[in-house]
Amino acid sequence: MAESVRQPPKKRDWSWRSQAFRGLVYQALALAAVIAIGWWLASNTAANMQARGIKSGFDFLLQPAGFDIGEPLFGYDSSHPYWQAFAVGVGNTLRVAILGIVLATLVGTLLGVGRFSRNALVRGFCYGYVELFRNVPVLVQLLMWYLLVTELLPDSTEPWQIGNVFLSKGGLTYPGPVWSAGFGWVVAGLALGALGVWFYRRWARAQFDATGRERSLFWVPLGIVIAGGVLGWFAGGMPNEWKIPVKGEFAVEGGSALTPEFLAVLLGLVLYTAAFIAEVVRAGIQSVPRGQSEAAQALGLSRSQEMRQVLLPQALRVIIPPMTNQYLNLTKNSSLAVAIGYPDVVSISNTALNQTGRAVECIAIIMAVYLTTSLATSLFMNWYNARAAIKER
Amino acid sequence: MSEVTTFQFKPARPAPVRSEGLVPWLRANLFGSWQSSLTTIVVGALLAIYLPKFLNWVFFAATLTTNPDECRAPGVGACWGVIKEKYRLIIFGRYPFEEQWRPLVATALMLTMLVVSCIRWFWSRWLAAAWVVALAVFFILMYGSLFGRLDVFGLTRVTTDRWGGLPLTIMLSTLSIMAAFPLSVVVALGRRSHLPAIRTICTLYVELIRGVPLISVLFMASFMFPLFMPQGVTIDTLLRVLVGITLFAAAYMAEVVRGGLQALPKGQTEAAQSLGLSYWQTQRKIILPQALATVVPGIMNNFISIFKDTSLVAIVSLYELTGTLGLALNSDADWRPYKLEGYLFITAIYFVFCFAMSRYSLWIEKQVNKSRLR
Repeated sequence: MAESVRQPPKKRDWSWRSQAFRGLVYQALALAAVIAIGWWLASNTAANMQARGIKSGFDFLLQPAGFDIGEPLFGYDSSHPYWQAFAVGVGNTLRVAILGIVLATLVGTLLGVGRFSRNALVRGFCYGYVELFRNVPVLVQLLMWYLLVTELLPDSTEPWQIGNVFLSKGGLTYPGPVWSAGFGWVVAGLALGALGVWFYRRWARAQFDATGRERSLFWVPLGIVIAGGVLGWFAGGMPNEWKIPVKGEFAVEGGSALTPEFLAVLLGLVLYTAAFIAEVVRAGIQSVPRGQSEAAQALGLSRSQEMRQVLLPQALRVIIPPMTNQYLNLTKNSSLAVAIGYPDVVSISNTALNQTGRAVECIAIIMAVYLTTSLATSLFMNWYNARAAIKER
Repeated sequence: MSEVTTFQFKPARPAPVRSEGLVPWLRANLFGSWQSSLTTIVVGALLAIYLPKFLNWVFFAATLTTNPDECRAPGVGACWGVIKEKYRLIIFGRYPFEEQWRPLVATALMLTMLVVSCIRWFWSRWLAAAWVVALAVFFILMYGSLFGRLDVFGLTRVTTDRWGGLPLTIMLSTLSIMAAFPLSVVVALGRRSHLPAIRTICTLYVELIRGVPLISVLFMASFMFPLFMPQGVTIDTLLRVLVGITLFAAAYMAEVVRGGLQALPKGQTEAAQSLGLSYWQTQRKIILPQALATVVPGIMNNFISIFKDTSLVAIVSLYELTGTLGLALNSDADWRPYKLEGYLFITAIYFVFCFAMSRYSLWIEKQVNKSRLR
């Protein structure tokens, strides 16, 4: 019986019924739409700028800025060009962000662990803190801290004093080392120490694999780094000059100082972000099943071994990704410093924008700075996350 | 005769240690070990010293007088008179004083709608219709006219630059989240699309927005949007800021939605495809209902952070709650010293809203999980 075999429908690539073809069309449409919108915006902008006589381009960066900055990191003054003003702004942003990240991690971890305390007062305090601080906008908190720092602290004529550290409306003044060439040696010594630690860790790991004996991975490396620094200090001719602040007639003079703006931004960011980090840490610890801790005890591990080798590595896996988000949030929130006049990159750009009228360029600089910082942070944290991730087969 | 044994009572066993009640609770939670006891004593001592001082400042020594001179008297605590004197300005901003019943009614309507939307019993198609009506009424009340031409009910027109305070905060956060939600779903689907160009566009959008702070987006909205528009077209500042916040919120929400999409087993898509459903049918009938249900708590968290973030529009000179406080107190030399009380007042407002929302988010998380526990 010669029944005609039904042929499959002829496959035509250039038909609306082909998924691949439709995909191409959709993509082409989407790209065309994006390009059209971009072109429309760009041409409007160009036309508007021409009509209003706004110049464009980044050439203004080389002109003298003409404004002073409250917290110049290096010898900046108003005669320096704009790009140096921006550099000061970026430096100030990074300064507050890095210090903020370190402090917020410390405070947040303490608060997060405190939620598991056996003491009801500690538990209650940590709970209350987290709920209070994360439910109030960070801008309001920053403004409030700035108000407290500038209004409630004593005048700089009669500051609070502990030893050689002064706290007043003028900020925090403390003794700082006078920078001299000898400190280059100290830095070199510390770097040498860090290199030593790397070799020590390799050796310790090899020893552990071979004999099962654990070597200290905290005190010995710390000792090596400190020894490196001290050696460098001797090699650099033992610079030991200090700037000691003294109470003058009108203000505290000399010494190193942190401005009230810096203190308010730092305090606000740290206390706000710490509440979120506390929640991250709490979730991380809760995510480790109880059996893990019991198994570690059954194996006879000590309490600290259990924490370091069993619980923390597993909790870290849960903690690191949201922690990265919090670090990025803190860095981005540091842009709110503009509200209280801390000269971060947003505040500098804002001033430059008002002076030169180059909105597009100044906002592009802000965005580029934050994008770079965010990308760098997430790259680093992704690398760290990959290290902490579970190793399967 | 066998020996007669007499039954002897055994001594009663000691009663079990009481594990409930006040004393055992104290023993377990405050004096469990010597470290715990020490902590309790130290914290208790600090509380005993500072709590009375604080309570004294807030309540007992505080005054409600509207005369700033009385606040300066020694020994007077918080001067809540500043709130009594300025609350209309703080809550409604520069809205004309005699017309402030309008933002009051409009905000009450908006809040009612928000609360109603949170209650399961009301979840139906009618709710969407009710929202459309409510938003229309809100804008007619606030603006006083329809489309800028038709005057309604003889209300005087109040332009958006005079809107402020709590109505602005609630309107900005509600509208931006409403507009951001559909956009975020589209972007999240786009990020998981098989078409490389669409995936790239969506990924770039999300990562670019998430990499920059909201303040730079707001700067862009207030300085650059006017340049973007064709000549002669001006857009209201409020609308520009609203667009900025929406674009910002959508990027964050898209990530939340993407999380929900990723959590769904691949078998769901495959099953839908084997039934012959098209891409959009699959998404609309199979994927999105399941994915969105799981991300409702995440979206609530987004709402909370957007609510808090609206405080940033104060920097681009729109006077929402944070901005109106500065407006009310910065220029008034008499009341300026009592700004702390003002901050505590708006802190309390923000806290009440955000705390209520986070509790609701917890409740809804439980509801969502209930179906999975079985």
